[in-house]
Amino acid sequence: MSSIHDNPETLSVLDRPNSYIGKSVPRPNLDRLLQGRGTYVSDMELPRMAHVVFLRSPHAHANILSIDAAAARQMPGVIAVVTGKELSSVVTPWVGVLSHLKGLKSAPQSAIAIDRVCWQGEAVAAIVATSRSAAEDAAESVTVEYREIEAVTDMRTALDPATPVIHASLGDNLAFERIHDAGAVDQAFAASDAVVEADFIFGRHTGVTLEPRAVVADWNAAEARLTIYQGTQAPHMVQNIAALHLGLPESQVRVVCKDVGGSFGIKVHIYADEMATYALSKLLRRPIKFVADRVESFNTDIHARDHRCKGKIGVKRDGTITAFEIDDLTGIGPYSMYPRTSAIEANQVVNLVGGPYTNQNYRARARVVFQNKNVMCQYRAVGHPIACSVTEGLVDLAAMKIGMDPVEIRRRNLIADDAYPCASPSGLRFEQLSHHTSLKKIVEMMGYDALRAEQAALRKKGVHRGIGIASFIEVTNPSAAFYGVGGAKISSQDGVAVRLDAQGSVICQTSITEQGQGSESLTAQIVGSVLGVSMDRVRVILGDTDVTPYGGGTWASRGAGIGGEAALQAAKILRRNILDVAAVILQSTPAELDIVNNAVVSISDGAPRIELNELARIVYFRPDTLPPGTQPELMATRHFVPREYPFAFTNGVQAAWVEVDTDTGFVKLLKHWVVEDCGIIINPQLVDEQIRGGVVQGLGAALFEKCVYDQRGQLTNANMADYLVPMSGEMPDIDVGHVVSPTRESELGAKGAGEAGTAGAAAAVSNAVNDALRPFGTIITEIPLTPQVILTALGRI
Amino acid sequence: MTAPASISLTVNGERIEAHVLPRLNLADFLREHLKLTGTHVGCEHGVCGACTVRVGGEIVRSCLMLAVQVNGVAVETIEGLSDSGEIADLQAAFRDRNALQCGFCTPGMLMAAQDLLREDRKPSREKIREHLAGNYCRCTGYQAIIDAVENTARARMELKA
Repeated sequence: MSSIHDNPETLSVLDRPNSYIGKSVPRPNLDRLLQGRGTYVSDMELPRMAHVVFLRSPHAHANILSIDAAAARQMPGVIAVVTGKELSSVVTPWVGVLSHLKGLKSAPQSAIAIDRVCWQGEAVAAIVATSRSAAEDAAESVTVEYREIEAVTDMRTALDPATPVIHASLGDNLAFERIHDAGAVDQAFAASDAVVEADFIFGRHTGVTLEPRAVVADWNAAEARLTIYQGTQAPHMVQNIAALHLGLPESQVRVVCKDVGGSFGIKVHIYADEMATYALSKLLRRPIKFVADRVESFNTDIHARDHRCKGKIGVKRDGTITAFEIDDLTGIGPYSMYPRTSAIEANQVVNLVGGPYTNQNYRARARVVFQNKNVMCQYRAVGHPIACSVTEGLVDLAAMKIGMDPVEIRRRNLIADDAYPCASPSGLRFEQLSHHTSLKKIVEMMGYDALRAEQAALRKKGVHRGIGIASFIEVTNPSAAFYGVGGAKISSQDGVAVRLDAQGSVICQTSITEQGQGSESLTAQIVGSVLGVSMDRVRVILGDTDVTPYGGGTWASRGAGIGGEAALQAAKILRRNILDVAAVILQSTPAELDIVNNAVVSISDGAPRIELNELARIVYFRPDTLPPGTQPELMATRHFVPREYPFAFTNGVQAAWVEVDTDTGFVKLLKHWVVEDCGIIINPQLVDEQIRGGVVQGLGAALFEKCVYDQRGQLTNANMADYLVPMSGEMPDIDVGHVVSPTRESELGAKGAGEAGTAGAAAAVSNAVNDALRPFGTIITEIPLTPQVILTALGRI
Repeated sequence: MTAPASISLTVNGERIEAHVLPRLNLADFLREHLKLTGTHVGCEHGVCGACTVRVGGEIVRSCLMLAVQVNGVAVETIEGLSDSGEIADLQAAFRDRNALQCGFCTPGMLMAAQDLLREDRKPSREKIREHLAGNYCRCTGYQAIIDAVENTARARMELKA
């Protein structure tokens, strides 16, 4: 299962003395955040900075007849009230499509609505004032006259001829459709011993980053340069888009990303109000700050997962899965988001369903429709929770139908660990996965047989506990196949520059970003290990387009696998360059020297020969003492992008142990297990915490989180009291285990781990709840599994 | 009722005199007037706990309290607890256990955890989970935070033993 690299260079990097690879060292610079001394965008202030508040539509769909801001403009502290039409002189509209998603269409979207609003919460005017409270006061005095238009809210009827078309120019409400047919599905179903169907329903939910979206845009008219301070996962993408729509060269846009209060995919997009903030700074020639309040966050941060998916599985009596078929429908709001588009999640569902299994008969249809609700787009584990819940739900239903244990049916169908490389019926290519080893491991970790015995004993006492298993695959380390091939200027490569400073410390600039995952730590660990420098001497700089190499940033579980490999390669070059100089100074050869503990040493006996700070002193201040022709290069830059595989797939399995109170409908999470294979693990503690955090976001989706809209397109629970997220009191302890199958695409061998937890958590819980409710003969295929859903299924209400 | 009011208080032991509008909440007063940006604003209606500070020794949601209400009272924020060293061990436990990711909830979480540890020297995991249930964290899944608080309680017990 675990492969071993045959490249001796790799062994030297991973096995060097004092290597930090595989060690749970604390993240550097955490004290800043622990002492309340971080710099989040919401903390920032600049001279002459003004605050913008957006007046937002109370209607889901309406024509704007007039906007009267005369009274607001007279209020204290008000600097300007700007409408969509006025702002359009500074910023151009956009259309969120990608060419590789064939047929994807969307309508032009403006920074602030012009003439028409298409969801409740779309901005209709910007009020800029000396303080946020002054702007909020003035917003109340702006009068907007609307004429309501019938809102399209139900995705199921969005394509009906009787339903109004939201964007007339598009002809219908269908944004995107994908049909996939592989193998011989009809024959396979016909030859099955049992065929099971189910309708899966997924609640629309959102990321609820604890720090809302925040931007400070600073247009310096004298320099004709825009500096954007933004909590974003992708600074170079923001630079590209802001420059494009404000008519600036990219070199005149700088994006700075300091501390970010949670992102999870919410902050990887460009929102209309952010674009408006950039434009307002240019229009008003001063720094403008926008911080969403919590109601705005619920109404405008991207939502995700609102899918209804019909699923069908065929199975033989011996447990062999014969075919999968799905028909997925999702409503994405009135526009496809920009620039990543809103078709990716449905596309991923088609890609991923059935992914862990050997079955090759697979038919899928996915339809993405417009509606007058907030926009939907990519949120942590894009498409995975849906694909995993549908697949694993169907597998459990098939097992139930033929009377087979859920673990056994998976054993009989998961792709064998020695069958790689291979491909899925949707065309995904797998380099090396470890489904069977992972399943075996989780069965041991959870004490599966003992749990089954406990379950049976408790059931006799009227206590209803259930076990849920969910195998999954996860897309990580995406190449240009994700966005670049579709024409989006979103880099799939990342770069790292490493330099030795004059005191023998290392400064490292990387294009990946930090939102708490540990990007800074993994970079320092890799660079320190390769160079033989202690981590406290490695300073990592991220999140500034003026400073770092060009790159994608941190999203889609790519930071460690792509940014980490670039760090490794850059550090290798710098190490070679240091040893070249050391050899000259010491009248030795590079092959006889190594760097250990911040000093150049002799390989033969490990004796220290020269400290790095002394070497740096000579290079920077006494180059005259070096032989003629010696030009040391104590800075090195390398970039990396995967080329052989479009994505480095990872795999894993999750298990949930739950208790259902059949009187109240409450689900108690007793324990959760995860076994995950992300290849080489750079920092075990950070990986485990990514998994745990991801699991809990998936548990939120499974049990609590849902954006509840009424029939008129009004979001009825747009606050933290009514929109429930997991709290510490109801979350279980989560045991995490690992299997290690490195990718051979890189010397580092690391794949991603950021989304694995979210990918399979809801599927495991749903299966566990159905397992618990088995004596009642009811099957629930809807999340969140609220008490109402459960009691309804039990016929109690 | 809309004219500025004079208040006099101590914040982290420092005497503060200010004129504030009656509607100004304590969180905005700390952040915008005193530039103590370690107190974070997450929901602005008392649910998420990111703005938790100590007022007269008790933890409160500073977004639910008005600045005029703290007249004559001692307010302590994360900056004060950090500088005094009161929670240095708790902060170290958070760092070693990676009990924070983005760090936005962390000041409020530390405030709430220290509040628990002051009233219960040996809390069970369940008690810790219950006490911190008013502080949302979207990154960690809570387990590392519970571990860090438990580790701190244990270390403080050993110190006293």
